[in-house]
Amino acid sequence: MKLSAQLTYGLVACILLVSAPHADHLPPWVIAECGALLLWRTWLARSGKTLPPRWLLLGITMLSVAAIAISFRSLFGREVGVTLLILLSALKLLELKAVRDATIVIYLSCFIIITNFFYSQSIPTALFMLATLLVILATWVHMHTGALAFKPRLRIGSMLLLQAIPLSLILFVLFPRVQGPLWGLPQDAYASSGLSDTMSPGSVSNLSLNDAVAFRVSFDGIVPSRDKMYWRGPVLWEFDGTTWRRGHNATTLKRGLQEAGDPLGYTVTLEPHNKRWLFALDMPDKLSIPHILTPDFQLLNDKNVNARLRYHADSFLSYRANPDELPRQLQRALALPRGLNPQARQLAAGWRQQHPRDDAAIAREILQHFNQGGYVYTLEPPLLGVNGIDQFLFQTRQGFCEHYAGAFVFLLRAAGVPARVVTGYQGGEYNALGDYYILRQSDAHAWAEVWLGEHGWIRYDPTATIAPARIESGLFAAVGDTAILPFMLRDPPPWLRELRFNLDAMTNRWNQWVLGYNEETQFAFLTRLGMEDVSWQKMALNMLAGIFILVGIFTLLMLRRLVVRQTDPVQLLWLRACRKLERHAGLPREPHEGPMDYANRIAAIHPDLAEDFHDIAARYASLRYGGEAESEGLAAFKDAVRAFKL
Amino acid sequence: MTDTLKNVIAQTEQVILGKPQQIRLALTCLLARGHLLIEDLPGVGKTTLAHVLSRTLGLQFQRIQFTSDMLPADILGVSIYQRESGEFKFHAGPIFSQMILADEVNRATPKTQSALLEAMEEHQVTSEGETRPLPSPFFVIATQNPTNQIGTFPLPESQLDRFMMRIQLGYPDATAELGLLSGVDRRDLIAGLQPQMQTSELFALQEQVRKVFVSPALLDYVQAILRHTRESARFVHGLSPRAGLSLLAAARAWALLDSRDAVIPEDVQAVLPGVASHRLQSVHDTQASDGEKLARELIEAVAIP
Repeated sequence: MKLSAQLTYGLVACILLVSAPHADHLPPWVIAECGALLLWRTWLARSGKTLPPRWLLLGITMLSVAAIAISFRSLFGREVGVTLLILLSALKLLELKAVRDATIVIYLSCFIIITNFFYSQSIPTALFMLATLLVILATWVHMHTGALAFKPRLRIGSMLLLQAIPLSLILFVLFPRVQGPLWGLPQDAYASSGLSDTMSPGSVSNLSLNDAVAFRVSFDGIVPSRDKMYWRGPVLWEFDGTTWRRGHNATTLKRGLQEAGDPLGYTVTLEPHNKRWLFALDMPDKLSIPHILTPDFQLLNDKNVNARLRYHADSFLSYRANPDELPRQLQRALALPRGLNPQARQLAAGWRQQHPRDDAAIAREILQHFNQGGYVYTLEPPLLGVNGIDQFLFQTRQGFCEHYAGAFVFLLRAAGVPARVVTGYQGGEYNALGDYYILRQSDAHAWAEVWLGEHGWIRYDPTATIAPARIESGLFAAVGDTAILPFMLRDPPPWLRELRFNLDAMTNRWNQWVLGYNEETQFAFLTRLGMEDVSWQKMALNMLAGIFILVGIFTLLMLRRLVVRQTDPVQLLWLRACRKLERHAGLPREPHEGPMDYANRIAAIHPDLAEDFHDIAARYASLRYGGEAESEGLAAFKDAVRAFKL
Repeated sequence: MTDTLKNVIAQTEQVILGKPQQIRLALTCLLARGHLLIEDLPGVGKTTLAHVLSRTLGLQFQRIQFTSDMLPADILGVSIYQRESGEFKFHAGPIFSQMILADEVNRATPKTQSALLEAMEEHQVTSEGETRPLPSPFFVIATQNPTNQIGTFPLPESQLDRFMMRIQLGYPDATAELGLLSGVDRRDLIAGLQPQMQTSELFALQEQVRKVFVSPALLDYVQAILRHTRESARFVHGLSPRAGLSLLAAARAWALLDSRDAVIPEDVQAVLPGVASHRLQSVHDTQASDGEKLARELIEAVAIP
């Protein structure tokens, strides 16, 4: 059977829709070739021309595969696989001859849907793929039903999709989430950006222009005030004149945290950033996942965070951190590159002379200097040269938090006070709809920690002195309406803010419950549902049982449609009489056989029954099809059927 | 069944040998006020059947032989200028008759065919701006040669739908053939036939047909049949509502011929091949001749509710 042009358009649309999202990462020539193939196929269907000969298709296929091999330098891997799949399915359209080919295209489309999730697992992608699936189903229905209008086709397709929902829910909730390479997505599936473990002028302010979400936090109970929300990331010790680095941190060093007050609990959902560190409030104490807490209170994951990670943490907001710090570490906290920034050293030396013993007083002096020295907080500071700190302190006086934190620590070290730079995020945007805080890359921040003897490491934030609004209200309040600030960070109208919060709350739930539904959440969820001693065997059994029950219910519903319940007494009696004949004489009535025809047939085979059954058939015909009122004839009919014996 | 109807059938069967079923169907069609299309090879007795029926029923008979050069006016009539009176006088065409035999209707051009078919549908003729009613009763028996013969314009589906039934006569069986060959000339027989019925009696019978009872259960069955033709992938088109009405009317007439005052499923099944065969087309092959087979299939596919 030749495939109709309508069906061909549907199949072309299927391939087009499933491959469209791949357009942003496929090589341009592949996109062009696929487009050309689809257009060619549409034109062929439109004009009713014959399909291209086999040798031509074979040639195009060979050339395409060769081109892929050349352009990717390989024929293996995810990227190549997806490209091959899309190109070949577009080519498959050009040899649509029988229903079999159309079926293959339909299945291929369904398969290509999955590949889209290698690249994006966001809600819009999922919705788009759902719509695509509907189109595929409608085309499939079209293939089987032929001349059905578009609307009923879509209706049957949606019906199929709706019927699949309970089944997929069961599979989603109960399918054992085995951790392993078979189920996992490729490691490079996530694009990432985030805080690095170095800091140089411009590195944080660059990040500030990025409104991507870094992580989300929901607090168990008490929420700290905004100016206490310092989300600790990499701690930087070493300075080479321009860049601050972590340096080598021996993990064998001991930590000493003397807490005061109650711990503060909260849950962090960290977006993948392809680095090891985790973020927690100053100072972190406990974490729900395996981790390393370094002597300078950095949290490290055991591998790079390349999938969304959810963890619970406890922090103490009042603390003494390492009051008995080792001399070796203090030495690191005093090291400065030789010869650079003489003016800054001189300035620091002056303060040292004023306060020979009081380290805290020197820190205060520096802050005061920042506050009263005409310093400006800006996202676009001028570029700095070799003696960057000198240039910043005495010439430009414009900087972002990394400039202030860096200069602050430099001055302290020059004055002989142990200090280090801490990077991380500060603040957060509260989403009232989901009751959680959103930390964006733009909330990236750098501050300082100063070691003050028995007080341990104390946090100083020079930015708070120059631009207190940055700490209290966020970046927008601090730098004002600068053109380079991305749209998301500006102060939006209330409705837009509302919409943004709604969308983010939805994304958050999607991340946590759909994408983040792993072994751990599955076990927790099933326990909450009332399953005792969750194990994957139990899950599998439950899953099978659920599927059987579901399929059973659907089967019953469908059967009920086929079996029409008979309630008419006349009809019931007639069927009884027919059953008698069927059982005892082996002569069932054909479904399309009328009563008189049946009676005649019976009479021809069993003349002895002719009279009685003719009577019954005639009574039945007159009761069911005649105008006779039931009440009169029904009793006689009943008697006749009862008396009917074989 | 009234004696008159019995006599009509008996007399017709004397001339048309071995075709009781076709005679009954033709009569059914007449009683149900429909028109009949007989499709068969030349010489199997199409014309004779029409002739006999008109004689027996006492109807005014007119035969129109369709040819390819025929014009609508040749059927409907034409106005001619009268020199004496100075007026146009309408000369009624052969269609102004109670029973028309439209012989070999598929030899005429579509224009002429449609003139006839419109008259059939409307029971009136509009010519030169004036509408003239056709006599009553008005019954058309059209004959058609199988369409694959040379020089024919097959009736389109929309026109076929206007015929209540299409029947085929087919070759007579051996006994009938022998009777035919050894018997008197059919033409002489026809000339000697006496009308068995008054026109008023025919009207009364037609009125009686309308009153034959149809129960809801039977309507369910008719609907099931119609639905099946529309939903099944077997047919190119489903049966039209007009086909449904025709089916019911024909079943009523068949019930009356069977002396019953209510329609039973068997009546529907008896007339269904006649009513549906020219309206159904198989999706698999477009040979029109398998309509009867399709109708049988249809009967067997639909369970009586």
